[in-house]
Amino acid sequence: MIPVEYYIVLSAILFAIGVAGVLIRRNALIIFMSIELMLNAANLAVVAFSSVLKTFSGQVFVFFVIAVAAAEVAVGLALIVEIFKAKHSIDVDQMSSLKG
Amino acid sequence: MHLSESVTTGYFFLAPWLVFAPVIGLLINIIFGGRLSEKAIGTVASLASGASFVVSVLLAWSLAAGHGAAVTVPFLEWIHIGDLELDWAFRVDSLSTTMMLVVSGVGTLIHIYAIGYMHEDVRFKHDPGRFRRFFVFLNLFIAMMMILVSGDSYLMLFVGWEGVGLCSFLLIGFWYDMDTLGRPSWANSNAAKKAFVTNRVGDFGFLIAAFLMFWAFGSFQFDEVFEAAHAVAPGVIVAITLFMLIGVAGKSAQIPLYVWLPDAMAGPTPVSALIHAATMVTAGVYLITRSAELYTLVPQAQYTVAMTGAITALFAATIAVGQYDIKKVLAYSTISQLGFMVAAVGMGAFVAGMFHLVTHAFFKALLFLSAGSVILGLERGHHHAEHAHHEKKPIGKSGKSKAESGHDEHEVFDPGDMRNMGGLRKTMPVTFWLYMIGTLALAGIVPFAGFWSKDEILLDASRHYPAVYILLSIAAFFTAFYMGRQIWLVFFGEPRHEAAAHAEESKPIITVPLMVLAALSLLGGALNLPFEGFHQLGHWLEYTLHEVEAFPLNLQVAGVSTLVALFAIFLSWLIYGRNPLKAGQPDPLKKPLGFIFTGMENKWFVDEGYFAVIINPFKKLSYFLADVVDWRFWHDWFHETVIAGTYNWLSNIGLNLYADQKGIDAFANWLGTATQSLSATLRKVQTGFVRSYALSVLLGVVLILGYLIVK
Amino acid sequence: MEFLLKPLTLLTFFPLLGVLLILFINAEAKNIIRWVALITSLITFGISLWVLAMFDASNVNLQLVARYDWITVAGWNIQYFLGIDGLSILLVLLTAFLTPISILSTWTAIEERVKDFMIFFLLLEVGMTGVFLAQDLFLFYIFWEFTLVPMYFLIGIWGGPRRIYAAIKFFLYTMAGSILMLLAILWLGIYGGTFSVPDLIAQGNIPADIQWWLFLAFTAAFAIKVPMWPLHSWLPDAHVEAPTAGSVILAGVLLKMGTYGFVRFNLPLFPEAAVRAAPWIALLATIGILYGAMVSYAQADVKKLVAYSSVSHLGFVMLGLFAMNPQGIAGGILQMINHGLSTGALFLLVGMIYEQTHTREIKVYGGLWKITPVFGSIMLIVSLSSMGLPGLNGFVGEFTILLGAFGSKAINNTAYAIASALGVIMAAVYILYMFQKMFLGPQGEIVDEVKKHGHGLRDLNWREIVTVVPLLIFIFWIGLYPKPFFALMAPAVEHLVGMLPIP
Repeated sequence: MIPVEYYIVLSAILFAIGVAGVLIRRNALIIFMSIELMLNAANLAVVAFSSVLKTFSGQVFVFFVIAVAAAEVAVGLALIVEIFKAKHSIDVDQMSSLKG
Repeated sequence: MHLSESVTTGYFFLAPWLVFAPVIGLLINIIFGGRLSEKAIGTVASLASGASFVVSVLLAWSLAAGHGAAVTVPFLEWIHIGDLELDWAFRVDSLSTTMMLVVSGVGTLIHIYAIGYMHEDVRFKHDPGRFRRFFVFLNLFIAMMMILVSGDSYLMLFVGWEGVGLCSFLLIGFWYDMDTLGRPSWANSNAAKKAFVTNRVGDFGFLIAAFLMFWAFGSFQFDEVFEAAHAVAPGVIVAITLFMLIGVAGKSAQIPLYVWLPDAMAGPTPVSALIHAATMVTAGVYLITRSAELYTLVPQAQYTVAMTGAITALFAATIAVGQYDIKKVLAYSTISQLGFMVAAVGMGAFVAGMFHLVTHAFFKALLFLSAGSVILGLERGHHHAEHAHHEKKPIGKSGKSKAESGHDEHEVFDPGDMRNMGGLRKTMPVTFWLYMIGTLALAGIVPFAGFWSKDEILLDASRHYPAVYILLSIAAFFTAFYMGRQIWLVFFGEPRHEAAAHAEESKPIITVPLMVLAALSLLGGALNLPFEGFHQLGHWLEYTLHEVEAFPLNLQVAGVSTLVALFAIFLSWLIYGRNPLKAGQPDPLKKPLGFIFTGMENKWFVDEGYFAVIINPFKKLSYFLADVVDWRFWHDWFHETVIAGTYNWLSNIGLNLYADQKGIDAFANWLGTATQSLSATLRKVQTGFVRSYALSVLLGVVLILGYLIVK
Repeated sequence: MEFLLKPLTLLTFFPLLGVLLILFINAEAKNIIRWVALITSLITFGISLWVLAMFDASNVNLQLVARYDWITVAGWNIQYFLGIDGLSILLVLLTAFLTPISILSTWTAIEERVKDFMIFFLLLEVGMTGVFLAQDLFLFYIFWEFTLVPMYFLIGIWGGPRRIYAAIKFFLYTMAGSILMLLAILWLGIYGGTFSVPDLIAQGNIPADIQWWLFLAFTAAFAIKVPMWPLHSWLPDAHVEAPTAGSVILAGVLLKMGTYGFVRFNLPLFPEAAVRAAPWIALLATIGILYGAMVSYAQADVKKLVAYSSVSHLGFVMLGLFAMNPQGIAGGILQMINHGLSTGALFLLVGMIYEQTHTREIKVYGGLWKITPVFGSIMLIVSLSSMGLPGLNGFVGEFTILLGAFGSKAINNTAYAIASALGVIMAAVYILYMFQKMFLGPQGEIVDEVKKHGHGLRDLNWREIVTVVPLLIFIFWIGLYPKPFFALMAPAVEHLVGMLPIP
């Protein structure tokens, strides 16, 4: 059996990649994918602990997170499409003012 | 066996069909009338009215078979709330059946007559849609009148009472877009409105009487009211009966509310005959007779009623002398005759009043319809004359319609003006003889119907109320005089207008109903001859009225009234018959009577008086209230200037300038400046770049986690 | 779930379902939106009939109660409490009945922002139904204020040229009265420990002087809504500017919220004060009847004429309610319905002609009966109903009211009833004036004016006939056979009269 630390480390690395992606990239889609990466990093950690502690609540949480992530994707993509329509670009740096 | 069964049970269950029959007729005409021919529409309507007559006959027969005991036929609950219990119920007794027979009988004859009349009317006034509308209204009228006379409570009577008022409005304003001469005008619709509003004034009196009645007697049902009346203070009954008199004055055109009836002649002639002579206007007389038990309790009220009637009879008769319109003369004559009836029932001579009501329905309907026939004849004559005229000068004008060119060339021709008539006895002989019968009946010449009924009223008056007797006798003199004047002006002498010269006799559909009415006017007196054993109507009504005085013929009273009438006719011959009026000549009475005749001619300026005293002040007050009080003062000044203005002032000047700008604002401004400088610094952080926000979030998380770990 | 399935909850909030549906429809799909709104309101009407079927008129207590604790903090006991009884059932039915008719009347009249219009309209129905069903003062107040918002927008967006002014005036005027009522409601809630109306009535131990002030505070809110003379100044503005459907609902239902408030709250909650105030209210009502009738007569704008006639008609209602005998109160309630039907129909008809002519000035009309016979005949019937012709609905209401007022022990002066009966004559004057000037007489200039721009005036089409015929049916039904209507309210009315300490 693989020790739990491995999972945690992998999760931390994934999370860090996600954070870096969000901070560094300007393409909204990439940022979005990075956010997904962070969410899944968290999921990985939660399932790992759940399997160690032999409880199901962690897995239930993960399902919630996946559901929320899916909803978020829907809303986020819709927003990106609208933004693209308005600006003909999905560069987040272009969107620095509140009024479209 | 079978017969005796129907005698005991009778046909009373048919009572609701008095109303249903005409309602069904009018519904048929509303729904299918668009596709029916004129004849079919008229037939449907006449049959509906005829069915009502048949039901009335059956009811009367059942009643007679049951020895006149009143029967109540319940139909439907109406208003039940608290101790108020009102039902739709029909009352069949000798009084109501008498009215039913008159209304539906005369009504049916007039329906038939109207088929012919309205056909001609549509031809002359160019609107085919009117035919159907007319018969719908006429059937509605029969239905409402039936509700009025057959209702078992004062309230149901009131439903009919206002209902016939509505029909009267609709039918007076039947040619609503013109005046009586066919010119575009508000005149006819004004007349209609005047009738309705005046009637409403009367209805107001009726309503108050009804309220008093309910709170004094606890019911509107006739029997219950009469029963309770004996236990109530006479003061209340005086109030009830006098308020009721206001209603009577409105509906039966008595002083001071008679003013609408002459204007009502704007309606088609069958309407004038049916509604404004034979049936509706007698509703007031019926109401007083129906309330006989209340009136007989309070002699003061009776005296007031009798005097109102007598004064009206005389007053209207004087006006009739000065009128030129053939229908206006008859209208004032109707008011005058209604005065006779009201005086009679006021004196307690209910049988005499009802008797006169019945005979008057016959002969006045006859007179009006004959007048209609005269008018049609003149219109036809006018048409011919115009035609001949056109053939003489056939130049141009072909593009214009006949009516228009008529307007261009002549003054508008008035087929109802007696000054345009003359010599009609040669061109319209049938109508002439029918008119003569009606005139003699109205003037009260033996042995026509009017003689017997009027004589009975005069006889009663001579015994109880001398003042009324004198007033009525003078009125009778005027009656014979103005009718004589009318006959000489219309039928004798030479034609004073081309139209009269070319006048044509009417078709049988018009003259046949007139012959029936003429027969009734001739023989109607037989209903209640003043000889021992002949008081049929009296005995019949006795079932309802309980005590009926029946006087034998008094030769003195009868003789005086006949002599007065004959003298008046002779006088009218002296003035109008011996030297017939020439075209354009003023009335021969104008010179000798001077301002008195001017007064008669102008209806004693009563309309003008009403305008000055009531209508104009009401209008002015309305406009004052609406414009000055409600709008400029209350809406604009008070709300806009005072409330909104004060608020604005307070918020702008008071609070804004002083409290706000100097006090709160100063603090707020300082706060604002401070915040501004602070935010100016902080703004630099807000780059608007998502990534820098994300970075700060990350830094924050790291800081917090770091703190937690280090701790 | 049980909460949602209560018939009264369903009846109140069903239109929200329609609102939800409409939200998801493309604003350009106007006809679909109209149909959805119409069907929603028809189903709501169906629910109201279902409620009627379950309603037991002989029971004077609240029925079909839906009662749940709602806000219970700091000793406050605010409940979600709906109930229906003989005093409110007819008004609830009227609301559910008039809404689809009004929606039908907007079919071609409203072309702009149909989606928003229908949403506001259905929201308005929720508010109105809630007002008539709420039995908790706090809940009532919420519904009461809630109706202002959609109406504000209905007038303010789809109204005439001065719509903003009229909308704000309507809002502020009503609000001003409501504030006082809110204070009184809070006092009652704190003093009585409950906001539930039946509980407060059952306690019934409010000291006389406080009762008087509370009565006045409630009266302030209701009298403005009715509107009673002299607080009627917002009404002509609101009516003239409102779109047809708005006027129908305003006259048909919103004004009744005021009169209903008097029956539901002022009489049973403050009986002593109400009896004390009766002669004063009767005086104001009588002035209102005569004043409204006279001012109506002088109007040049037909909508304004009808608006002022409402002042007169509602004066009758108030007179009946404060006669405090069964005839008066039952007549008053019936007259609320009658006024909703006949004035509603008048506004509808005026709207129908306005759609073609775009003018409300009476003097440009004339002789329309010949050109539009069906329209003229229907207008005639409705006018006659409005002026109280026996055999039509108006008479039954007016007569019972006047009869009640005449013998009222609370008013104790026949002069009011007699003076008010004069209003019956004046009603004939202004109604006939309107009918004559628009439909009789020679042809008015508007006829040619309309012809210049198109096909000329047309008679009613089928949709318009379908819109008014239901109203006509009730006009005749109530006039000829009002028994079922009286039967619905009679026990409740007599129970109410029994509670009043009439001298």
